[in-house]
Amino acid sequence: MKRKLFALALGVVLAATSLVGCGSGNGTTSPEKGTENSTEGGGESGSTTEKIASLVSGGEPGSLHPALSQGTHESVILDHIFEGLMKRNQEEEIVPGMAEKFELSDDKLTYTFTLRDDIKWSNGDPVVAGDFEFAWKHALDPNTASEYAYQLYYLVGGEAFNSADVSAVSEDELKALEDAVGVKATDDKTLVVQLNQPVPYFTELCAFYTYYPVNAKLEAENPDWALDGATHVSNGPFSITEWNHDQNVKVVKNENYYNKDAVKLSGINFIISEDLNTDWQMYENNEIQANYNLPPDVLGKLKAENNPELVIPTELATYFYRFNTTKKPFNNLKVRKALSMAVDRQTLIDEVVQGGQLPAYAIVPGGVADAEGDFRENGGDYFAENLEEAKTLLAEGLKEEGMDSLSFSIVYNTSEAHKKIAEAIQAMWAELGVDVQLENVEFQVKIDREHQLDYEVSRAGWIGDYVDPNTFLDMFTSWSSQNDTGWTSPEYDELIKKAASEFDVAKRMEYLHSAEKMFMENLPVLPIYYYTRPMTVKPNLTGTFKPVNREINLTYADLQ
Amino acid sequence: MIRYIFKRLAMAFVTLWAVVTITFLIMHAIPGDPFAKEGKMPPAVYNNLMKHYNLDKPLIEQYGLYLKNLSQLDLGPSIKNKSRDVNDYIEDNFPVSLQLGVIALSCASIAGILLGMLAALKRNKWPDYLCMIIAIIGISVPSFIMATFMIQLFAVKLKLLPTSGWDGLPNYILPGIALSLMPLAYIARMMRSSMIEVMGQDYIKTAKAKGLSMGKVIRRHALRNSLIPVTTVIGTTLANLVVGSFIVEKIFRIPGLGKYFIQSIGNRDYPVILGTAVFYSAILIFVNFVVDILYVVIDPRIKLSGPQKNKKNKMLLNLQALFGRKEQIEKG
Repeated sequence: MKRKLFALALGVVLAATSLVGCGSGNGTTSPEKGTENSTEGGGESGSTTEKIASLVSGGEPGSLHPALSQGTHESVILDHIFEGLMKRNQEEEIVPGMAEKFELSDDKLTYTFTLRDDIKWSNGDPVVAGDFEFAWKHALDPNTASEYAYQLYYLVGGEAFNSADVSAVSEDELKALEDAVGVKATDDKTLVVQLNQPVPYFTELCAFYTYYPVNAKLEAENPDWALDGATHVSNGPFSITEWNHDQNVKVVKNENYYNKDAVKLSGINFIISEDLNTDWQMYENNEIQANYNLPPDVLGKLKAENNPELVIPTELATYFYRFNTTKKPFNNLKVRKALSMAVDRQTLIDEVVQGGQLPAYAIVPGGVADAEGDFRENGGDYFAENLEEAKTLLAEGLKEEGMDSLSFSIVYNTSEAHKKIAEAIQAMWAELGVDVQLENVEFQVKIDREHQLDYEVSRAGWIGDYVDPNTFLDMFTSWSSQNDTGWTSPEYDELIKKAASEFDVAKRMEYLHSAEKMFMENLPVLPIYYYTRPMTVKPNLTGTFKPVNREINLTYADLQ
Repeated sequence: MIRYIFKRLAMAFVTLWAVVTITFLIMHAIPGDPFAKEGKMPPAVYNNLMKHYNLDKPLIEQYGLYLKNLSQLDLGPSIKNKSRDVNDYIEDNFPVSLQLGVIALSCASIAGILLGMLAALKRNKWPDYLCMIIAIIGISVPSFIMATFMIQLFAVKLKLLPTSGWDGLPNYILPGIALSLMPLAYIARMMRSSMIEVMGQDYIKTAKAKGLSMGKVIRRHALRNSLIPVTTVIGTTLANLVVGSFIVEKIFRIPGLGKYFIQSIGNRDYPVILGTAVFYSAILIFVNFVVDILYVVIDPRIKLSGPQKNKKNKMLLNLQALFGRKEQIEKG
């Protein structure tokens, strides 16, 4: 017995040491390199000061190739290293980026972009119109299997090319579909883009990361260029030097960038981290200068003490609950209305969420331009909270459905924040005499059940793809894969279709306002709040800005 | 001997096959798929993705394809991460988890044995109570609270150590301690009771009667014998620790494998689920295999067929270590 145990221990230790031998070797070499680099940086700083800002970008990027990226933890990096035909400036206006100018045809279907003369990739190659043509077609290629390919469906032939069944069509057929896509570089400086229908927010899309260019020459030589920091090439204000998986992505100022004089930072260190408390501790410890992943209790404290480092920009996003309108009694408008009116949103925000969010009485958040002014301000609120009226409505609604009491469950994906909100709403609805259970499920299961309409009330949130009411309203058309409420309306569909092809801003916004009004009169969802993006920025980091639908941008920032 | 090794190897492959098959069936039976998201997903995009990852093929064909690739040691791509495949995860991230696990195990064993001994020798006196208070804290305070607290104290307030990251020795200290607390407490308690038991044995009395000094009695007789049950625990703890800790890796930003092991399930990242399950099973099987061979080498009296009951127990302990850990994580 004794020997056996000794043998077990020995075996375990042997196995462990043999593996550790190689493990520690790998583990220590790369970090050493890292420290060497940073000390070199520090050494040089005697003459020219190195200004490296750090911030947490989120989880490990799945890809830093524009065609394959799909989340904010990736786009926050891409937005610093790439630049599209158009870009968003500090004043949040869409202005020409790689393009010098563009012309729009009278039928609003053809854009002709002329590229700037002084634009280069970080490896010195010139940026040519063909790089855009290549990048867009590459993203649409069904073989690329890009999740964001649909962002390019506005192009003539885009959806057809992306929908081709690669196992069924021949190479020639696929090539023909590719050639039919409405983007063509007529020469190195001219890009002609043809759209299926007028798209009023197309210039905005040209600043979106799926529309970023890719160095076509490089992609032909080395298709794996985007997998490694050392081979990564981009055309924006910064370019990647190191990508240490699960640790950080380091970018330095791109000396080939045409507007490099406006870039004051010498580099940015994007730290990969998924723990809010650690993020905050790094910020407290001055390891990062900006932090937009604040733990809720820290946020509450910062707000209470009016901390000057805390800023609360609005976010283009809405938090809401879906009703399953195919299930009794949620098919009854009075019931949906009663439940919507019985939620005390301001209390929920002040006591539970604590991020300075805005109570939502409609679906499109603020910060979206109308024909004149702000879409939300012009549209106003579509209902008001009123517990007494809610009680009456609920009683009427239940009677109409032949029910005398209401008991159901709220489905939400497992998360502390969603749970707290659901608990608060549960308590608020209890005042209506409604018995609510909470059901937390895995995210995947929630999505699955929503698609199957196997729920009563479910938690949801939506961040706009682009700054336009349409990104919130077209979710609820009959053909949308995001509807999941069981509510459809031909009239509503008609309004969204009309708005989609209307180029007259005033008319178009009128359609969208009507659509939102109609949607809110039917209340297939219960809006709760418009998101904010509370963040802290150290006083020595100046000149940052945050576009309403993107993360913080440090392109023009400076570090004292 | 050769025949025995072959037999064990064959068994190892059968076990691995069973792990692959069962994992494959379970993961396809749970609802959801890798591309489910709250956002837009036009059918064309969805079909392209399904085709790209061969998920449009019948399950039996996918299964065959997976086994074929597995036989060539290709664990497939990660669906969630388009830049790295499962082999990359294991090559880059497993050594880190292993390193952290060994650091934590060393801390836990050394400190646990010392504390346990001290507690046993000073039984029912203050050192005993102190050691057992430490042990109770180790067992009852979850690692994520301890980790966050230690960062706040040693990094933010005292500025002695970095908050997080994996760049060198100073980075190893806090996560090593955080991860070692639970096994440390366990080992200390085990060591205490084992030592107390041994100290009451007749041969200890004999040794004392022979006139040996207390130090010699402990070193020669008590320590070695009371270590026996503890080494068993250390063995199973190793399996537990090298799997990597999702929570400690996340809090300290450690590029380990534990994160992918856990997150892959939530993401329905099928190849990563399978790949990590196969890899960890292979490690467990390998360790068991080596140990069994060593038994034979060291003690020829053990029959090659081996006492089946013992082996089963060991396997059970390993599995418990693995699943106990997952439960812990889910609770956390």
